[in-house]
Amino acid sequence: MPDNYFARYLPLLIHFLLACVVASALVVLSQIIGYRKPTRAKLSPYECGMIPVGDARQRFSVKFYLVAMLFILFDVEAVFLYPWAVVLRRLKMFGFWEMLVYIGIVLVGFFYIWKKGALDWNEPAAGRGGM
Amino acid sequence: MNPGGESMQTLPLGVDYIRFLPEIVLSIFGMIVMVLDPLVDEQRSQKHLGMVALLGTLTALAATLLMSQYPGSAFWNMIQVDSFSVFFHFLVIAVAALVILSSYEYMTVQRIRAGEYYGLILFGAVGMALMSSAVELVLIFIALEISSISTYILAGFRRREAISSESSIKYFLLGSFATAFFLYGVALMFGATGSTSIWQISQVLHSRVPLLAYVATAFMFVGLGFKVASAPFHVWTPDVYEGAPAPIVGLMSTGPKAAVFAVLLRIFFQANAPGRFWLIWVSAALSMTLGNVAALVQTNIKRLLAYSSIAHAGYLLIAFAVPQTAIADTGISSAMFYTVAYAAMNVGAFAVVSHLAGAGEHRVELEDYAGLGRRSPLLAATLTIFLLSLIGIPMTGGFFAKFYVFSAALKANLVVLTIIGVINSAIGAYYYLRVIVLMYMREPREETALPRVPIGVGITLAITAITTICLGLFPGRVVNYSLRSAHELVHPEMSATDIRRPSVIR
Repeated sequence: MPDNYFARYLPLLIHFLLACVVASALVVLSQIIGYRKPTRAKLSPYECGMIPVGDARQRFSVKFYLVAMLFILFDVEAVFLYPWAVVLRRLKMFGFWEMLVYIGIVLVGFFYIWKKGALDWNEPAAGRGGM
Repeated sequence: MNPGGESMQTLPLGVDYIRFLPEIVLSIFGMIVMVLDPLVDEQRSQKHLGMVALLGTLTALAATLLMSQYPGSAFWNMIQVDSFSVFFHFLVIAVAALVILSSYEYMTVQRIRAGEYYGLILFGAVGMALMSSAVELVLIFIALEISSISTYILAGFRRREAISSESSIKYFLLGSFATAFFLYGVALMFGATGSTSIWQISQVLHSRVPLLAYVATAFMFVGLGFKVASAPFHVWTPDVYEGAPAPIVGLMSTGPKAAVFAVLLRIFFQANAPGRFWLIWVSAALSMTLGNVAALVQTNIKRLLAYSSIAHAGYLLIAFAVPQTAIADTGISSAMFYTVAYAAMNVGAFAVVSHLAGAGEHRVELEDYAGLGRRSPLLAATLTIFLLSLIGIPMTGGFFAKFYVFSAALKANLVVLTIIGVINSAIGAYYYLRVIVLMYMREPREETALPRVPIGVGITLAITAITTICLGLFPGRVVNYSLRSAHELVHPEMSATDIRRPSVIR
């Protein structure tokens, strides 16, 4: 351990200060030397395809939630492939088979939601039989 | 992991998988149920999937038997197979099997689709089984979540009833909150001791006990106390139990509870988590008193059994207050015996409740049990056995459960706590006896014929009733086994031969 506990975090502090300087420089400089030609669309807050102002109590299909939920699940499952790929060489064949089993389990889940009709947008979401 | 030449040693050995076999078997069968569910015919699927799930639990029991032949640790000391974990493996898997058995007819009567139901019971059993063998706090957390998430969903399975959805939502929100407490406690414990391994934590806490460790213990107890429904973290229990499907309440009130008690035993007695005495003392006294007093005024059998389950969590917690000395063994073993006895009588009682509940679970008021002794003598007699055991009448498992807990407490000089327990047992006798009186000494409210007891429920009732009585007549074997496991838990160095134990970090 170094003499001063906080000394170990000095690089972090420098990084933080640097980030502050760069960020504020970008904002200030673009204010000063930027070329502005505002339109209505340009001035509205940035949103992914939604109308940003209005009643928050909009009703929209519950299928969005289903898709979002399934996306998160499979996304997180796929992320596990990255650390695996990094250490694959050291894990040798064991890691290979282990990952095959893992992907097999993910596929079981995929098969299940597919057959249950969770991926059919137009059919009733419950699909065959439902729950 | 070590790079280069030593990497072979970092890979799990074949025996590691044997020590993990019951969980693997349960997961595989859970997935089989999941795959079969959309494939098989909807009308006939119920029984077939139930059969597959039952086969899964029986195979897992056999796997546990095989696992018990290979004591030791697995997967880099994250899992510990000793007689303690074997004990709880048998218990939770048997509970899952009995609940699956008693659900067959119930599913048809309530018009619930079966696929996910059986799958979730199996996945839940994976979590519960893993909880009892995990000796690493993060793994314990994962196991706790596997078991909890399964039960959150199962609680809401009567989808046509608003009360069931309410139960599921309440359980989910409060349960997640409680789990967050547990996780925070784990983080603090890591901060205090530099490790999440139970073994290393106990090493560190042996030499010095930082203040942070007390806070960590308290946080972990909040999370786990919620899961076992001990006061003051019990408020969810009656609402959730009332809304959830009756067989699932039988599962929730025994399986996960037993597993969490196993975790508590490991954290308190194996990891030496400090400052448990007053935590346990207050929680036990509150649980017993609140549970029993509130149960007195209930008119719904499920709510009554919910408060009774709070009270029983209180009795059980008494055993945790014994100090970490030579008598710790008796405390631990009495707690283990209690979980078995309670599982037998409670799964049985809820099997009766779920059978009598009828479509939509409309017959769950105490009045509906009036005259049951005349309408169905055998069913009434079975329920009477369970209720007498819940009171703690001699010749039932409940008697010896309480007896061992109280005698362990007296050995540890916990006189006041024992007196509170005994007084509460007397209070508790009132509301259990009230049900028995209703069954035998009142005229039935309606004379409609009761449905015949289906074979699944029949087998469940037979097994649980025989277990309850056997535990009351011949408790010796279970007590001896639990004493041995308790001894292994407190003195691990004398137990398994091939424990690969790493050196302490600092």
